[in-house]
Amino acid sequence: MNNEELKLHARNIRKNIIRQVSSAKSGHPGGSLGAADILTLLFFEVMDITPENATRESIENPDRDRFVLSKGHTSPLLYAVLAEKGIIPEEELLTFRQVNSRLQGHPNMNLVPGVDMSTGSLGQGLAAADGMAIANKLSGNDHRIYCLVGDGESEEGEIWEAAMAAAHYKSDNLCAIIDVNGLQIDGATKDVIGPEPLDKKFEAFGWHVINVDGHDFDALRAAFAEAENTKGQPTALIAHTVKGKGVSFMENQAAWHGTAPNAEQTELALKELEG
Amino acid sequence: MAKATRQAYGEKLAELVAENPKIVVLDADLAGSTKSGEAKKVAPERFFDFGIAEADMIGHAAGFAASGFTPFASSFAMFASGRAWEQIRNSVAYPHLNVKICGSHAGITVGEDGVSHQAIEDIAIIRAIPDMKIYVPCDENETRAVLDQVVSEFGPTYIRTGRAPVENVYDSEDIDVTKIHVLRSGNRAAVFACGFCVKSALEAADRLKAEGIDITVVDVCAIKPCDEEGILHILQDYDLIFTAEEHNIVGGLGGMIAELASEKCPKKIVRIGLADRFAESGSYKDLAKKYRLDGDGLYEQIKAAL
Repeated sequence: MNNEELKLHARNIRKNIIRQVSSAKSGHPGGSLGAADILTLLFFEVMDITPENATRESIENPDRDRFVLSKGHTSPLLYAVLAEKGIIPEEELLTFRQVNSRLQGHPNMNLVPGVDMSTGSLGQGLAAADGMAIANKLSGNDHRIYCLVGDGESEEGEIWEAAMAAAHYKSDNLCAIIDVNGLQIDGATKDVIGPEPLDKKFEAFGWHVINVDGHDFDALRAAFAEAENTKGQPTALIAHTVKGKGVSFMENQAAWHGTAPNAEQTELALKELEG
Repeated sequence: MAKATRQAYGEKLAELVAENPKIVVLDADLAGSTKSGEAKKVAPERFFDFGIAEADMIGHAAGFAASGFTPFASSFAMFASGRAWEQIRNSVAYPHLNVKICGSHAGITVGEDGVSHQAIEDIAIIRAIPDMKIYVPCDENETRAVLDQVVSEFGPTYIRTGRAPVENVYDSEDIDVTKIHVLRSGNRAAVFACGFCVKSALEAADRLKAEGIDITVVDVCAIKPCDEEGILHILQDYDLIFTAEEHNIVGGLGGMIAELASEKCPKKIVRIGLADRFAESGSYKDLAKKYRLDGDGLYEQIKAAL
């Protein structure tokens, strides 16, 4: 897919992130906007997921690549991507976080096709993703597992337990994308507890590490290809992103981590994204 | 014959692994103790050690289950249920994944390791999670039956085994572990027991019988979902009920029976177990004696309440 088409998809996805969070009057726009380019490339080019193969049954008989959203609070991003892929109806997005909706605040694998693991409690997705990667190897399945982890999330100890295990089991079919936007709820990651240097940490844990601009499709494309060609160890893409990317007043603002825009801000955000 | 339920777990798991290629076995550096290492001998390619990282082991188990495998993840009950509780809750139970968790060395009969290793809260905290099944087998045969049961049914499950050897209560492993089993019948009172305390309750019943006092002893292996109909049937027939378990009297077997009774068939219930206190180091025999969970201890506590 060419970069112009990817940009169009990413734009629609970002608009649908704003629409979901705005209609729900709750949710997490900042991190969702920030990782939108990464997931656009993953779902439209890197992974082989389609509306036909993204069924619940396909999780336990996986004949496709799978994705674990370890930073589950960016569910508006995943739902917007699934809608853009035609896996769930776009109009359903406006039910986000409402009672009786499939679109729970944090994703549920048993409700939404294309959600391969239930997540939300930070730190837990990478271990599950590596479990899937080991399971794939055991059953001779060549498909790959992708997992999006937050930089703030990497403050959870289980991330490093899983990192140790993935390297030990040589899970080269696992690619973690660490979304480094430098912000978390209480402020800048460096001021809160300082998870950096994440690249050196993953390297020390035995991973192949690639630093990449999380908004540059060409760089991301090359990084995913390098990850796929890396054998004998898992790969971590340290993806440098701008939290709130695409909406000027949300960019690099920790306050927009988990705050919904009001009607006026929603209109402004959608206008900016329209360009 | 006396065998620890953890030993029976390992032996039966080894048999199941040999016949079922979808079973994978996970441990957290305690394979020699939980006895999951027995399964490793049979199928080393389906054995995965995650080191001293129980939360990570449960997370991996979720990933295996989400890929069509049936993982058996074992550690000491303290760490399997306690350290990894939130992983069990959010990555296993909520997604309804087919993960079987074995908490071994449960209760005070882990012995000399002391309080840090004596899980007396595991039934309570796992029971509070929606969708979790819990089995507490009392001997070798019942442990083997539990493993057949959990392989045949889908869903997240916690199996509680012990370190100390226990005399066989059952003659064969042909046991429906989803039902209660009346092991002794008497008219004065009924004792619901699980795990290690089933044998103790039988010993207590024998001593009481020698004094002309007949009590009913009921083995409750399925703590959740429980055999509600069977339990209510017993509750209806007695005015005085005892529960016995090597667990805190809060939230375990005693809690389950009391909850059920209070809603459907109120009776006086005496909960026997750890009386909301920690124990200490010691041999399992000395601890069972001091904390009155052996045959003599149950005899004394039951007799005092009759």
